[in-house]
Amino acid sequence: MSTGTDRFAPGDRVRTRATDPAGHTRLPRYARGAVGVVVERAGRHPLADDRARGVAGDAQPVWHVRFAAADLFGAGDHTVTVELWDDYLTPAEEPR
Amino acid sequence: MSDDHASSTIAAQVRHVEALLESRGLLDAGEVDTRIDEFLAGGTPANGARIVARAWVDPGFAERLLTDANSAVREVGLSMAGGLQEQRLKVVANTEREHNVVVCTLCSCYPIALLGPSPGWYKSEAYRSRVVRDPRGVLAEFGLELPAGTAVAVWDASAESRYMVLPRRPAGTAELAEDDLAALVTRKGLIGTAAV
Repeated sequence: MSTGTDRFAPGDRVRTRATDPAGHTRLPRYARGAVGVVVERAGRHPLADDRARGVAGDAQPVWHVRFAAADLFGAGDHTVTVELWDDYLTPAEEPR
Repeated sequence: MSDDHASSTIAAQVRHVEALLESRGLLDAGEVDTRIDEFLAGGTPANGARIVARAWVDPGFAERLLTDANSAVREVGLSMAGGLQEQRLKVVANTEREHNVVVCTLCSCYPIALLGPSPGWYKSEAYRSRVVRDPRGVLAEFGLELPAGTAVAVWDASAESRYMVLPRRPAGTAELAEDDLAALVTRKGLIGTAAV
């Protein structure tokens, strides 16, 4: 499992997509458009959105991304870690 | 399995799809039931408890469990490979400073092989929607009052991984054998809605 071509690494700050896709997605609504930190890679899998439409896609990294509850909900002192496909993410520093 | 659905509409739809697949030779009669039985066979929280007890008595195993859980559970004769593909297992350890709790907000993903079929509340809309927003409040309703200084980490099984919590070993258990330790571990403890 090479990591040489990965866009992200643990510790990177990433922003999730804010768009609401028409079909199936595994990017939970509460975690859209939010900035979190990559914890680790959780294997590589074809994008769930594609599989739900019967489209065969190449496997891509899936990341554990940790968010501060305050960034997701505007309140709370806990963290929420969500598993997100590479496609759902951009570097946090890039303009939206 | 189609006969077991509470909704007869869904049962009819599932049976229809099964019949189509059978008529095209893609599925043998009864194959769905067989696969489901195989998937559920042996799935019980006693498996998770056994893993936890081993981790409590063997620090090396605990370390392997937290870095590569799939390999570690094979050391005690367990596996996440009961389904169509081996699922990635991620074990998260409670400490004095951090408490972990598991949820699947999108549906009800759950490590059935290690915890058995999930409890009804785990699949409920109320648990799934509330525990990500207010874990301390939800845990308090379960009877688990966490000190203010204990950080709470929620893990949402939104993709391919399945999660299990490694609870803290209770005080006063230094003399207990591994089997006796395993008997202390509850399903709620493995999900994170109880201390052990």
